[in-house]
Amino acid sequence: MGVIHVTDRAGQRHTLDAIEGWRVMEIIRDWGLPIEGLCGGACECATCHVFVAEEWMDKLFPPTDEEEDQLDTVVTKPSSRLSCQILWTPELDGLEVTLAPTGD
Amino acid sequence: MTDHIETDVVIIGAGPVGLFAVFELGLLDIKCHLIDILPKVGGQCAELYPEKPIYDIPGFPMVTGQGLVDNLMAQIEPFNPTFHLNEMVESLESIGTPEAPLFRVRTSENGTTFVCKSVIIAAGGGSFQPKKPPIDNIEAYEGTSVFYAVRKMEMFRGKKVLIVGGGDSALDWTVNLQPIAKRLTLLHRRDAFRAAPHTVEKMRSLVASGDMDLHLGQVSAIKGDNHVLEGAVIRKDDGSEHLVDCDVMLPFFGLTMKLGPIADWGLNLHENLVPVDTEKFETNVPGIFAIGDINTYPGKLKLILSGFHEGALAAQKVHRYVYPEKKLLFQYTTSSTSLQKKLGVAA
Repeated sequence: MGVIHVTDRAGQRHTLDAIEGWRVMEIIRDWGLPIEGLCGGACECATCHVFVAEEWMDKLFPPTDEEEDQLDTVVTKPSSRLSCQILWTPELDGLEVTLAPTGD
Repeated sequence: MTDHIETDVVIIGAGPVGLFAVFELGLLDIKCHLIDILPKVGGQCAELYPEKPIYDIPGFPMVTGQGLVDNLMAQIEPFNPTFHLNEMVESLESIGTPEAPLFRVRTSENGTTFVCKSVIIAAGGGSFQPKKPPIDNIEAYEGTSVFYAVRKMEMFRGKKVLIVGGGDSALDWTVNLQPIAKRLTLLHRRDAFRAAPHTVEKMRSLVASGDMDLHLGQVSAIKGDNHVLEGAVIRKDDGSEHLVDCDVMLPFFGLTMKLGPIADWGLNLHENLVPVDTEKFETNVPGIFAIGDINTYPGKLKLILSGFHEGALAAQKVHRYVYPEKKLLFQYTTSSTSLQKKLGVAA
Protein backbone atom coordinates (compact mmCIF):
# COMPACT_ATOMS: atom_id res chain seq x y z
CA MET A 1 0.00 0.00 0.00
CA GLY A 2 0.97 3.59 -0.39
CA VAL A 3 -0.53 6.99 -0.98
CA ILE A 4 -1.01 9.68 -3.59
CA HIS A 5 -1.24 13.38 -2.88
CA VAL A 6 -3.91 15.28 -4.76
CA THR A 7 -4.30 19.05 -4.74
CA ASP A 8 -7.87 20.05 -5.55
CA ARG A 9 -8.98 23.10 -7.52
CA ALA A 10 -9.27 25.15 -4.33
CA GLY A 11 -5.61 24.44 -3.60
CA GLN A 12 -6.19 21.98 -0.77
CA ARG A 13 -3.87 18.97 -0.66
CA HIS A 14 -5.37 15.54 0.12
CA THR A 15 -3.44 12.38 0.91
CA LEU A 16 -5.29 9.33 -0.39
CA ASP A 17 -4.59 5.65 0.19
CA ALA A 18 -3.79 4.11 -3.14
CA ILE A 19 -4.60 0.62 -4.37
CA GLU A 20 -2.31 -1.31 -6.66
CA GLY A 21 -3.81 -1.90 -10.08
CA TRP A 22 -6.25 1.01 -9.82
CA ARG A 23 -5.96 3.94 -12.15
CA VAL A 24 -5.12 7.22 -10.46
CA MET A 25 -8.44 8.61 -11.77
CA GLU A 26 -10.29 5.78 -10.02
CA ILE A 27 -8.47 6.38 -6.74
CA ILE A 28 -9.29 10.09 -6.85
CA ARG A 29 -12.94 9.45 -7.76
CA ASP A 30 -13.32 6.73 -5.15
CA TRP A 31 -12.23 9.19 -2.47
CA GLY A 32 -14.93 11.58 -3.62
CA LEU A 33 -12.75 14.36 -4.99
CA PRO A 34 -14.30 16.24 -7.92
CA ILE A 35 -12.92 14.44 -10.95
CA GLU A 36 -15.40 13.69 -13.68
CA GLY A 37 -14.02 10.69 -15.59
CA LEU A 38 -16.95 10.90 -17.97
CA CYS A 39 -15.93 8.11 -20.34
CA GLY A 40 -15.08 5.75 -17.49
CA GLY A 41 -11.37 5.48 -18.19
CA ALA A 42 -11.50 4.72 -21.91
CA CYS A 43 -9.15 7.60 -22.79
CA GLU A 44 -11.96 9.30 -24.68
CA CYS A 45 -12.85 12.50 -22.84
CA ALA A 46 -9.96 14.20 -20.97
CA THR A 47 -12.18 15.04 -17.99
CA CYS A 48 -9.63 13.38 -15.65
CA HIS A 49 -6.87 15.80 -16.66
CA VAL A 50 -4.24 16.40 -13.96
CA PHE A 51 -0.90 18.16 -13.65
CA VAL A 52 1.83 15.84 -12.38
CA ALA A 53 4.53 17.28 -10.12
CA GLU A 54 7.76 17.70 -12.04
CA GLU A 55 9.80 15.21 -10.01
CA TRP A 56 7.26 12.47 -10.88
CA MET A 57 7.03 13.06 -14.63
CA ASP A 58 9.94 10.75 -15.51
CA LYS A 59 8.63 7.94 -13.32
CA LEU A 60 5.46 7.52 -15.39
CA PHE A 61 5.09 5.64 -18.62
CA PRO A 62 5.02 8.25 -21.37
CA PRO A 63 1.60 9.10 -22.81
CA THR A 64 0.33 7.03 -25.74
CA ASP A 65 -0.72 8.70 -29.00
CA GLU A 66 -4.30 8.17 -27.90
CA GLU A 67 -3.68 10.08 -24.67
CA GLU A 68 -1.91 12.88 -26.57
CA ASP A 69 -4.95 13.15 -28.87
CA GLN A 70 -7.21 13.58 -25.86
CA LEU A 71 -4.85 16.09 -24.25
CA ASP A 72 -5.39 18.15 -27.41
CA THR A 73 -8.91 18.84 -26.16
CA VAL A 74 -7.92 20.64 -22.96
CA VAL A 75 -5.59 23.49 -22.04
CA THR A 76 -2.40 21.69 -21.09
CA LYS A 77 0.90 22.36 -19.40
CA PRO A 78 4.05 20.31 -20.02
CA SER A 79 3.08 18.35 -16.89
CA SER A 80 -0.40 17.42 -18.17
CA ARG A 81 -1.53 13.79 -18.04
CA LEU A 82 -4.85 11.96 -18.03
CA SER A 83 -5.12 10.30 -14.65
CA CYS A 84 -7.08 7.38 -16.14
CA GLN A 85 -3.95 6.42 -18.02
CA ILE A 86 -1.75 6.19 -14.92
CA LEU A 87 -1.97 2.76 -13.36
CA TRP A 88 -0.92 2.97 -9.71
CA THR A 89 1.93 0.70 -8.61
CA PRO A 90 3.96 0.82 -5.37
CA GLU A 91 6.71 2.67 -7.28
CA LEU A 92 4.27 5.57 -7.45
CA ASP A 93 3.95 5.80 -3.64
CA GLY A 94 3.78 9.51 -2.87
CA LEU A 95 2.77 10.55 -6.41
CA GLU A 96 1.83 14.22 -6.42
CA VAL A 97 -0.85 15.52 -8.80
CA THR A 98 -3.06 18.60 -9.10
CA LEU A 99 -6.57 18.55 -10.59
CA ALA A 100 -6.58 20.67 -13.75
CA PRO A 101 -9.18 23.42 -14.01
CA THR A 102 -12.37 22.74 -15.97
CA GLY A 103 -13.95 25.23 -18.34
CA ASP A 104 -17.15 25.85 -16.38
CA MET B 1 -51.05 25.86 -28.57
CA THR B 2 -51.84 25.16 -32.18
CA ASP B 3 -48.67 23.77 -33.66
CA HIS B 4 -47.49 20.82 -31.65
CA ILE B 5 -46.74 17.12 -31.98
CA GLU B 6 -48.94 14.75 -30.02
CA THR B 7 -47.41 11.44 -29.08
CA ASP B 8 -47.49 8.86 -26.29
CA VAL B 9 -43.94 9.28 -25.05
CA VAL B 10 -41.06 11.67 -25.57
CA ILE B 11 -37.67 10.08 -24.95
CA ILE B 12 -34.94 12.56 -24.13
CA GLY B 13 -31.64 11.17 -25.37
CA ALA B 14 -31.04 8.82 -28.29
CA GLY B 15 -28.20 6.81 -26.76
CA PRO B 16 -28.31 3.02 -26.50
CA VAL B 17 -30.71 3.05 -23.55
CA GLY B 18 -33.12 5.53 -25.15
CA LEU B 19 -33.06 3.48 -28.36
CA PHE B 20 -33.83 0.22 -26.60
CA ALA B 21 -36.70 1.87 -24.72
CA VAL B 22 -38.32 2.38 -28.14
CA PHE B 23 -38.32 -1.40 -28.53
CA GLU B 24 -39.86 -2.13 -25.14
CA LEU B 25 -42.48 0.59 -25.61
CA GLY B 26 -43.17 -0.54 -29.17
CA LEU B 27 -44.03 -4.07 -28.06
CA LEU B 28 -46.69 -2.47 -25.87
CA ASP B 29 -48.06 -0.38 -28.78
CA ILE B 30 -46.66 2.83 -27.38
CA LYS B 31 -45.45 5.41 -29.90
CA CYS B 32 -42.54 7.68 -29.24
CA HIS B 33 -40.44 10.57 -30.42
CA LEU B 34 -36.77 10.86 -29.47
CA ILE B 35 -34.88 14.12 -29.02
CA ASP B 36 -31.10 14.43 -28.98
CA ILE B 37 -28.76 17.38 -29.00
CA LEU B 38 -26.25 15.57 -31.22
CA PRO B 39 -26.69 15.47 -35.00
CA LYS B 40 -26.64 11.65 -34.85
CA VAL B 41 -28.10 8.85 -32.77
CA GLY B 42 -26.08 6.72 -30.35
CA GLY B 43 -25.09 9.15 -27.59
CA GLN B 44 -21.73 8.50 -25.96
CA CYS B 45 -21.34 5.20 -27.85
CA ALA B 46 -21.36 7.03 -31.17
CA GLU B 47 -19.78 10.30 -30.08
CA LEU B 48 -17.08 9.29 -27.61
CA TYR B 49 -16.12 5.73 -28.49
CA PRO B 50 -17.60 4.54 -31.82
CA GLU B 51 -14.55 2.35 -32.53
CA LYS B 52 -13.99 1.10 -28.96
CA PRO B 53 -14.87 -2.53 -28.32
CA ILE B 54 -17.46 -3.18 -25.60
CA TYR B 55 -17.31 -6.60 -23.96
CA ASP B 56 -20.20 -6.58 -21.50
CA ILE B 57 -23.30 -6.44 -23.66
CA PRO B 58 -25.19 -9.71 -23.09
CA GLY B 59 -24.99 -11.94 -26.14
CA PHE B 60 -22.16 -9.97 -27.74
CA PRO B 61 -18.68 -11.20 -26.81
CA MET B 62 -17.49 -7.99 -28.47
CA VAL B 63 -19.26 -5.12 -30.17
CA THR B 64 -18.04 -1.61 -30.95
CA GLY B 65 -19.92 1.45 -29.75
CA GLN B 66 -21.13 2.19 -33.27
CA GLY B 67 -21.86 -1.49 -33.93
CA LEU B 68 -24.16 -1.59 -30.91
CA VAL B 69 -25.97 1.55 -32.04
CA ASP B 70 -26.41 0.18 -35.57
CA ASN B 71 -27.87 -3.05 -34.20
CA LEU B 72 -30.26 -1.18 -31.90
CA MET B 73 -31.43 0.95 -34.84
CA ALA B 74 -32.15 -2.23 -36.80
CA GLN B 75 -33.95 -3.73 -33.81
CA ILE B 76 -36.32 -0.76 -33.34
CA GLU B 77 -36.93 -0.19 -37.04
CA PRO B 78 -40.37 -1.93 -36.98
CA PHE B 79 -41.61 0.70 -34.53
CA ASN B 80 -40.76 3.63 -36.74
CA PRO B 81 -39.74 6.11 -34.06
CA THR B 82 -39.33 9.76 -35.04
CA PHE B 83 -35.99 11.38 -34.29
CA HIS B 84 -35.46 15.05 -33.58
CA LEU B 85 -31.71 15.48 -33.74
CA ASN B 86 -29.69 18.61 -33.15
CA GLU B 87 -32.32 19.74 -30.67
CA MET B 88 -32.11 20.21 -26.93
CA VAL B 89 -35.10 19.98 -24.64
CA GLU B 90 -35.38 23.39 -23.08
CA SER B 91 -38.51 23.05 -20.98
CA LEU B 92 -40.70 20.31 -19.61
CA GLU B 93 -43.97 21.31 -17.93
CA SER B 94 -46.62 19.18 -16.40
CA ILE B 95 -50.10 20.02 -17.72
CA GLY B 96 -51.94 16.96 -16.40
CA THR B 97 -52.63 15.37 -13.04
CA PRO B 98 -50.70 12.71 -11.09
CA GLU B 99 -53.36 10.17 -12.10
CA ALA B 100 -53.45 11.20 -15.75
CA PRO B 101 -50.09 12.83 -16.46
CA LEU B 102 -49.67 15.03 -19.51
CA PHE B 103 -46.60 17.01 -20.41
CA ARG B 104 -45.58 19.81 -22.71
CA VAL B 105 -42.01 19.48 -23.93
CA ARG B 106 -40.25 22.25 -25.85
CA THR B 107 -36.93 22.15 -27.66
CA SER B 108 -34.63 25.06 -28.29
CA GLU B 109 -33.27 25.12 -31.85
CA ASN B 110 -36.41 24.67 -33.94
CA GLY B 111 -38.73 25.31 -31.05
CA THR B 112 -40.64 22.06 -31.57
CA THR B 113 -43.41 21.49 -29.02
CA PHE B 114 -44.64 18.07 -27.98
CA VAL B 115 -47.61 17.04 -25.88
CA CYS B 116 -47.21 13.55 -24.43
CA LYS B 117 -48.45 11.27 -21.68
CA SER B 118 -45.05 10.23 -20.38
CA VAL B 119 -41.48 11.42 -20.63
CA ILE B 120 -38.49 9.12 -20.40
CA ILE B 121 -35.23 10.82 -19.61
CA ALA B 122 -32.39 8.73 -21.03
CA ALA B 123 -29.88 11.56 -21.12
CA GLY B 124 -26.76 9.73 -19.91
CA GLY B 125 -24.30 12.26 -18.55
CA GLY B 126 -26.46 15.14 -19.78
CA SER B 127 -26.27 17.02 -23.04
CA PHE B 128 -23.16 17.19 -25.16
CA GLN B 129 -21.86 20.72 -25.33
CA PRO B 130 -18.63 22.29 -26.57
CA LYS B 131 -15.78 21.98 -24.11
CA LYS B 132 -14.87 25.46 -22.94
CA PRO B 133 -11.23 26.22 -22.23
CA PRO B 134 -10.56 27.43 -18.69
CA ILE B 135 -9.57 30.99 -19.60
CA ASP B 136 -10.38 33.84 -17.23
CA ASN B 137 -13.34 35.95 -18.30
CA ILE B 138 -13.94 34.02 -21.53
CA GLU B 139 -17.73 34.14 -20.90
CA ALA B 140 -17.69 37.91 -21.44
CA TYR B 141 -16.64 37.35 -25.05
CA GLU B 142 -18.84 34.38 -25.92
CA GLY B 143 -21.25 35.15 -28.73
CA THR B 144 -19.46 38.38 -29.66
CA SER B 145 -15.82 37.42 -30.17
CA VAL B 146 -15.54 33.82 -28.97
CA PHE B 147 -17.49 31.10 -30.79
CA TYR B 148 -17.52 27.34 -30.27
CA ALA B 149 -19.11 26.63 -33.65
CA VAL B 150 -19.28 28.33 -37.03
CA ARG B 151 -22.85 29.01 -38.09
CA LYS B 152 -22.28 31.63 -40.78
CA MET B 153 -18.86 31.87 -42.40
CA GLU B 154 -19.58 35.42 -43.57
CA MET B 155 -19.32 36.61 -39.97
CA PHE B 156 -15.59 36.06 -40.19
CA ARG B 157 -14.89 37.88 -43.45
CA GLY B 158 -12.15 40.45 -43.04
CA LYS B 159 -11.51 39.43 -39.42
CA LYS B 160 -8.33 38.41 -37.68
CA VAL B 161 -9.28 34.90 -36.69
CA LEU B 162 -7.58 32.72 -34.07
CA ILE B 163 -8.51 29.04 -34.23
CA VAL B 164 -7.46 26.84 -31.31
CA GLY B 165 -7.23 23.07 -31.50
CA GLY B 166 -5.75 20.24 -33.54
CA GLY B 167 -8.68 18.04 -34.56
CA ASP B 168 -10.93 17.89 -37.60
CA SER B 169 -13.08 20.89 -36.66
CA ALA B 170 -10.05 23.12 -36.06
CA LEU B 171 -8.35 22.08 -39.27
CA ASP B 172 -11.49 22.15 -41.44
CA TRP B 173 -12.38 25.65 -40.34
CA THR B 174 -8.77 26.75 -40.72
CA VAL B 175 -8.74 25.92 -44.42
CA ASN B 176 -12.33 27.12 -44.95
CA LEU B 177 -11.97 30.47 -43.22
CA GLN B 178 -8.43 31.28 -44.34
CA PRO B 179 -9.54 32.64 -47.76
CA ILE B 180 -12.03 35.12 -46.26
CA ALA B 181 -10.25 36.07 -43.02
CA LYS B 182 -8.00 39.10 -42.92
CA ARG B 183 -5.44 36.91 -41.19
CA LEU B 184 -5.83 33.44 -39.82
CA THR B 185 -3.81 31.97 -36.99
CA LEU B 186 -4.01 28.36 -35.89
CA LEU B 187 -2.86 27.55 -32.38
CA HIS B 188 -2.27 24.01 -31.17
CA ARG B 189 -0.39 22.55 -28.22
CA ARG B 190 1.92 20.38 -30.32
CA ASP B 191 3.02 19.96 -33.90
CA ALA B 192 0.82 16.94 -34.53
CA PHE B 193 -2.78 16.99 -35.73
CA ARG B 194 -5.46 14.32 -35.61
CA ALA B 195 -7.37 15.41 -38.67
CA ALA B 196 -7.81 14.26 -42.24
CA PRO B 197 -4.28 14.13 -43.75
CA HIS B 198 -5.17 16.19 -46.82
CA THR B 199 -6.56 18.97 -44.62
CA VAL B 200 -3.41 18.96 -42.51
CA GLU B 201 -1.33 19.11 -45.71
CA LYS B 202 -3.39 22.02 -47.03
CA MET B 203 -2.85 23.89 -43.75
CA ARG B 204 0.88 23.21 -43.87
CA SER B 205 1.12 24.56 -47.42
CA LEU B 206 -0.78 27.72 -46.41
CA VAL B 207 1.74 28.20 -43.60
CA ALA B 208 4.67 27.57 -45.94
CA SER B 209 3.39 30.14 -48.44
CA GLY B 210 2.96 32.69 -45.68
CA ASP B 211 -0.83 32.88 -46.06
CA MET B 212 -1.55 31.95 -42.47
CA ASP B 213 0.27 31.48 -39.16
CA LEU B 214 0.71 28.38 -37.04
CA HIS B 215 1.67 28.76 -33.39
CA LEU B 216 2.39 26.01 -30.90
CA GLY B 217 1.24 26.71 -27.36
CA GLN B 218 -1.83 27.44 -25.27
CA VAL B 219 -4.00 30.47 -24.70
CA SER B 220 -3.18 31.68 -21.19
CA ALA B 221 -5.27 34.86 -21.25
CA ILE B 222 -7.39 36.96 -23.57
CA LYS B 223 -7.33 40.74 -23.90
CA GLY B 224 -10.04 43.06 -25.01
CA ASP B 225 -12.59 45.58 -23.99
CA ASN B 226 -16.35 45.52 -23.66
CA HIS B 227 -16.87 42.03 -25.12
CA VAL B 228 -14.63 42.86 -28.09
CA LEU B 229 -11.53 40.74 -28.36
CA GLU B 230 -8.21 42.37 -29.19
CA GLY B 231 -5.72 39.60 -28.67
CA ALA B 232 -4.77 36.37 -27.00
CA VAL B 233 -1.73 35.67 -24.87
CA ILE B 234 -0.04 32.50 -26.06
CA ARG B 235 2.07 30.51 -23.63
CA LYS B 236 4.61 28.10 -25.05
CA ASP B 237 5.83 24.96 -23.33
CA ASP B 238 9.04 26.72 -22.30
CA GLY B 239 6.94 29.23 -20.35
CA SER B 240 7.51 32.18 -22.69
CA GLU B 241 4.50 34.24 -23.68
CA HIS B 242 3.56 36.42 -26.62
CA LEU B 243 0.47 38.22 -27.85
CA VAL B 244 -1.44 37.30 -31.02
CA ASP B 245 -3.72 39.99 -32.47
CA CYS B 246 -7.20 38.70 -33.12
CA ASP B 247 -10.81 39.89 -33.41
CA VAL B 248 -12.35 36.47 -32.95
CA MET B 249 -11.31 33.24 -31.32
CA LEU B 250 -12.72 29.82 -32.20
CA PRO B 251 -11.74 27.15 -29.65
CA PHE B 252 -12.40 23.61 -30.96
CA PHE B 253 -11.78 21.36 -27.98
CA GLY B 254 -14.42 18.75 -28.66
CA LEU B 255 -17.52 18.01 -26.63
CA THR B 256 -18.25 17.31 -23.01
CA MET B 257 -21.47 16.56 -21.14
CA LYS B 258 -23.40 18.98 -18.95
CA LEU B 259 -26.63 18.34 -17.08
CA GLY B 260 -28.19 21.41 -18.70
CA PRO B 261 -31.87 22.34 -18.40
CA ILE B 262 -32.83 19.05 -16.66
CA ALA B 263 -32.02 20.85 -13.41
CA ASP B 264 -34.97 23.20 -13.98
CA TRP B 265 -37.74 20.66 -14.47
CA GLY B 266 -38.82 20.26 -10.86
CA LEU B 267 -37.19 16.86 -10.46
CA ASN B 268 -35.39 15.78 -7.34
CA LEU B 269 -31.68 15.64 -8.04
CA HIS B 270 -28.85 13.97 -6.20
CA GLU B 271 -25.36 14.99 -7.33
CA ASN B 272 -26.59 15.74 -10.85
CA LEU B 273 -28.41 12.40 -11.06
CA VAL B 274 -32.15 11.76 -10.98
CA PRO B 275 -33.33 9.46 -8.15
CA VAL B 276 -35.87 6.84 -9.22
CA ASP B 277 -37.60 3.84 -7.67
CA THR B 278 -36.46 0.40 -8.81
CA GLU B 279 -39.89 -0.95 -9.68
CA LYS B 280 -40.87 1.54 -12.38
CA PHE B 281 -37.82 3.82 -12.66
CA GLU B 282 -40.15 6.75 -12.20
CA THR B 283 -38.95 10.07 -10.79
CA ASN B 284 -40.67 12.11 -8.08
CA VAL B 285 -42.97 13.42 -10.81
CA PRO B 286 -45.51 10.76 -11.89
CA GLY B 287 -45.18 10.16 -15.64
CA ILE B 288 -41.54 11.24 -15.84
CA PHE B 289 -39.10 8.32 -15.89
CA ALA B 290 -35.31 8.28 -15.86
CA ILE B 291 -33.29 5.35 -17.21
CA GLY B 292 -29.61 4.72 -17.92
CA ASP B 293 -26.64 6.67 -16.61
CA ILE B 294 -28.73 9.71 -15.65
CA ASN B 295 -30.61 7.95 -12.84
CA THR B 296 -29.57 6.79 -9.39
CA TYR B 297 -30.92 4.28 -6.87
CA PRO B 298 -29.35 2.02 -4.24
CA GLY B 299 -26.97 -0.35 -5.99
CA LYS B 300 -27.03 1.49 -9.31
CA LEU B 301 -24.38 0.41 -11.80
CA LYS B 302 -23.73 2.63 -14.79
CA LEU B 303 -23.82 -0.18 -17.32
CA ILE B 304 -25.62 -0.19 -20.65
CA LEU B 305 -27.26 -3.50 -19.71
CA SER B 306 -28.75 -1.94 -16.56
CA GLY B 307 -30.30 0.77 -18.73
CA PHE B 308 -31.93 -1.85 -20.95
CA HIS B 309 -33.54 -3.49 -17.92
CA GLU B 310 -34.68 -0.14 -16.58
CA GLY B 311 -36.34 0.71 -19.91
CA ALA B 312 -38.27 -2.57 -19.95
CA LEU B 313 -39.67 -1.97 -16.47
CA ALA B 314 -40.46 1.69 -17.09
CA ALA B 315 -42.42 0.69 -20.21
CA GLN B 316 -44.78 -1.39 -18.05
CA LYS B 317 -45.80 1.67 -16.03
CA VAL B 318 -45.92 3.93 -19.09
CA HIS B 319 -48.49 1.50 -20.52
CA ARG B 320 -50.80 2.28 -17.59
CA TYR B 321 -50.62 5.99 -18.35
CA VAL B 322 -51.06 5.58 -22.10
CA TYR B 323 -53.78 2.89 -21.95
CA PRO B 324 -55.41 3.28 -18.52
CA GLU B 325 -58.32 1.01 -19.51
CA LYS B 326 -56.24 -1.83 -20.93
CA LYS B 327 -54.96 -4.76 -18.95
CA LEU B 328 -51.37 -5.54 -19.83
CA LEU B 329 -50.69 -9.12 -20.83
CA PHE B 330 -47.09 -10.21 -20.35
CA GLN B 331 -45.82 -11.96 -23.47
CA TYR B 332 -42.64 -13.31 -25.03
CA THR B 333 -41.39 -12.49 -28.51
CA THR B 334 -40.56 -16.18 -29.00
CA SER B 335 -44.15 -17.32 -28.68
CA SER B 336 -46.55 -14.41 -29.06
CA THR B 337 -48.01 -14.02 -32.54
CA SER B 338 -49.21 -10.54 -31.68
CA LEU B 339 -45.70 -9.41 -30.70
CA GLN B 340 -44.28 -11.06 -33.80
CA LYS B 341 -46.79 -9.16 -35.94
CA LYS B 342 -45.58 -5.90 -34.42
CA LEU B 343 -42.02 -6.90 -35.24
CA GLY B 344 -43.04 -7.80 -38.78
CA VAL B 345 -41.82 -11.38 -38.40
CA ALA B 346 -45.10 -13.30 -37.96
CA ALA B 347 -45.40 -16.32 -40.19
